[in-house]
Amino acid sequence: MGVEQLLQAIPLDQLLIQTINGIVAGMILALVASGLTLIFGIMDVVNFAHGELFMLGAYVGVIILAATGNFWLALLAASLAIALLGAAIHVTVLRPLLGRDPLMTILATFGISLVLQNYALWQFGPVARKIQEPFTGHFTLFYLEYPWYRLVIALLSAAIIGALWLFLKFGTYGIWIRATMQDRVMAQAMGIPVPWVLTVVFAIGAGMAAASGVLFGPLVGVNHAMGLDWVLKAFIVVVVGGMGNLGGSIAASIFISLLESYASLWVSPAQAVIFSFVVLILTLLFRPTGLFVPTPK
Amino acid sequence: MESLIKVEDIHTYYGKSHILHGVSLEVGRGEVVGLLGRNGVGKSTTLKTIMGLVRPSRGRTLLEGRIVTDVPAHRLARLGIGYVPEDRRIFRLLTVMENLRIGLDRRAVTEARKKELLEKAYTYFPVLAERRSQAGGTLSGGEQQMLAIARAMMLDPKIILLDEPTEGLMPRMVSQIRQIIDVLRREGVAILLVEQNVPLTLEASRRIYIMEKGAVRHHAPASELRVNDAVIHQYLGV
Amino acid sequence: MTARRVASYWMVFSVVLALLIAAPLVLPEFWRQFLTEILIWGLLAMSSDLLVGYAGMVSFGHSAFFGLGIYGAAAALLSITPPNLWLALLFGLMAAAGVAAFVAYFATRLRDIYFAITTLIFSQIFYVIIFTWTEVTGGENGLTFRRPPLAVPGLFSVPFTSETLHWFVLAVVTLSYLLLRRITQSPFGMVLQSIRENEARTRAIGYPIERYKIVAVMLSGLFAGLAGVLYAIQNRFAAPDFVFFLVSGEVIIFNVMGGIGTLVGPIVGAAFFLLLREGFSRFFTEYYLIPVGLIFIAMVIFLPQGLLGFMRRSLNR
Repeated sequence: MGVEQLLQAIPLDQLLIQTINGIVAGMILALVASGLTLIFGIMDVVNFAHGELFMLGAYVGVIILAATGNFWLALLAASLAIALLGAAIHVTVLRPLLGRDPLMTILATFGISLVLQNYALWQFGPVARKIQEPFTGHFTLFYLEYPWYRLVIALLSAAIIGALWLFLKFGTYGIWIRATMQDRVMAQAMGIPVPWVLTVVFAIGAGMAAASGVLFGPLVGVNHAMGLDWVLKAFIVVVVGGMGNLGGSIAASIFISLLESYASLWVSPAQAVIFSFVVLILTLLFRPTGLFVPTPK
Repeated sequence: MESLIKVEDIHTYYGKSHILHGVSLEVGRGEVVGLLGRNGVGKSTTLKTIMGLVRPSRGRTLLEGRIVTDVPAHRLARLGIGYVPEDRRIFRLLTVMENLRIGLDRRAVTEARKKELLEKAYTYFPVLAERRSQAGGTLSGGEQQMLAIARAMMLDPKIILLDEPTEGLMPRMVSQIRQIIDVLRREGVAILLVEQNVPLTLEASRRIYIMEKGAVRHHAPASELRVNDAVIHQYLGV
Repeated sequence: MTARRVASYWMVFSVVLALLIAAPLVLPEFWRQFLTEILIWGLLAMSSDLLVGYAGMVSFGHSAFFGLGIYGAAAALLSITPPNLWLALLFGLMAAAGVAAFVAYFATRLRDIYFAITTLIFSQIFYVIIFTWTEVTGGENGLTFRRPPLAVPGLFSVPFTSETLHWFVLAVVTLSYLLLRRITQSPFGMVLQSIRENEARTRAIGYPIERYKIVAVMLSGLFAGLAGVLYAIQNRFAAPDFVFFLVSGEVIIFNVMGGIGTLVGPIVGAAFFLLLREGFSRFFTEYYLIPVGLIFIAMVIFLPQGLLGFMRRSLNR
């Protein structure tokens, strides 16, 4: 089948829906990936537990929502709670490993992910929970109906990432974080308490992952294994976008999500994932520092 | 002479390499002390050990009489040790202003004092004032050296560890560095100066240590060495 | 190595081997099979140790090699009747070697973290392919097949009992260990270790690093695939779960628990982990990974050299 025939076979409205879906999913992925790429960039650590932080955030959201009925409160509480959990994990497990072989840190996060995943399974059981959307309702796009909530997710994610960017650019701690990312040794020599900076970054990453979990919760069921898919996608995004490159990871998130969205018009979602894998492999072969990095270093 | 920094019998390893074999030296309050030696004898490692960036396996570092061997580098910076490394290592992606701000952001410092320090930096290094919003990486080599020294000054340090500040600089910049060293000395800041530029070091310093193969082999007042430079030839082959 | 050390090493080796040979005769059925499983996972972990412990390359791809070994064997056992042990081995090893070559080609030019992630992604690629290609691989449900007899064509054919299967597995694993030991102590192995210590210097001396790495990955993949074939023969089913990257993660856990760079350590690590799992499942049912995971994390922090790490020097002479 030629490309034109392929395209003609898909009605325009489906293409449009998939584009928006792709962007929405991309923004959530960007939220997860920004935290991950910061952690990568500053600590050289592959945080395997990131998916579980996402998942636990969703669960905390479920609990708070059930207790208070307020979605936004749940979002805030989950982000804070998981940020604290992230800080605690970093201080107890990751800080002692600071001077050592990075492999050990990677393994430690892998161990943490196993523990957290099974903890969730133990506490909440295998049945998926649901987070109710804060509001329902559709708006009309041309002649289509598209749910408001999805649009709000995208905007909110963009807002959170924007806030992060501002924090990094102008806040005192933001400057410390950027300095530590560039040259950890000189940051120390300039009086920056690097171990604490690392903890804060880890906590921020965790909080953002948790927020994504709550935001995404209404779209899928909340269950103990939901982190796995996201962790893989987030890894791909971080590599394709460039390790430690915030802008790159956002661009890559949207790119990958759009790719998968379009691909799922023809193949099943499970197989659509292969497209992302292929992009990753091509990136690693030809532009290992990242597709969206302006100049290869 | 009141002792500011004292290093006693420091042994430092990089992995399995035994770099420092029992280094001992001392810098007094407000003193400019030179550290000379060929490439690779361990001068930079000595500075890094004092700065707490490298942990010695044996020996002690003292700051104003207090043992600080195991104190982490960021605390030492706040206690008053400034460090200007070889190849400058300014934060290339941060602006000049941000580079300077890092040293200023300490709890004990008032806003007024911060302003004062910043103004001082801009006065001594007018080029930095000009380029304050530019990214550090866009500065020339000499300007980056200025920035590296200026940001150490923002820590309001009692001593600055200077590692080869004139390396790769044009003669005009070299004399500027010379002037900065004098300015700092007048302000009461001690300096431990590691340099390949022997005449500059002899001129600027009160005392000189000469290192060879990881230990201090000779120690004399600079005045003596200015006159009798046979020792210099012996250790540095200059 | 002094003569006495050589002698004591082989003595210990013989004693352990003798115990393992005698074991199935005294153990109840469940523990017999458990011991066999330990050996199989131990072989898988050994293959991973070649990369992690000796070449310094962390790979999450072993689930792919292992899984393809299982499916390769399954293919032979399902498509060719009567089911033939040696063909199963052949198919399994070829499948694993193919995957290993593929992974090696792409991944070895990358360093450290990127290599780890790439191997992980490759595991997932194969997982997705196997999971969704239901007609060929049975998809989610996997494949079941019969265990082949221990046969030398033309001479004899006798079905495996759980004892004879154990001895067969033991023989394969022991031979693999000896072979791997030879490899790590050979000039090739020395170069690998030099790559682990300081890659830049090794390259500067003139060694073609990438080629050594590719060979290392292929060897590792072969032994992992071998473990897969053994697993297939023992358990008689194949499932995509074995290709999921979590399996690779567990293998690395065995490596770390037992001791990286000791070859034997990973077997001990596998035994330790599986025993812990067995023990904890009595109390925690399927949540055994919580305490086991915590123990693992504690070991990474406090005992990173693993259970046998203190013996690393002597095990490598």
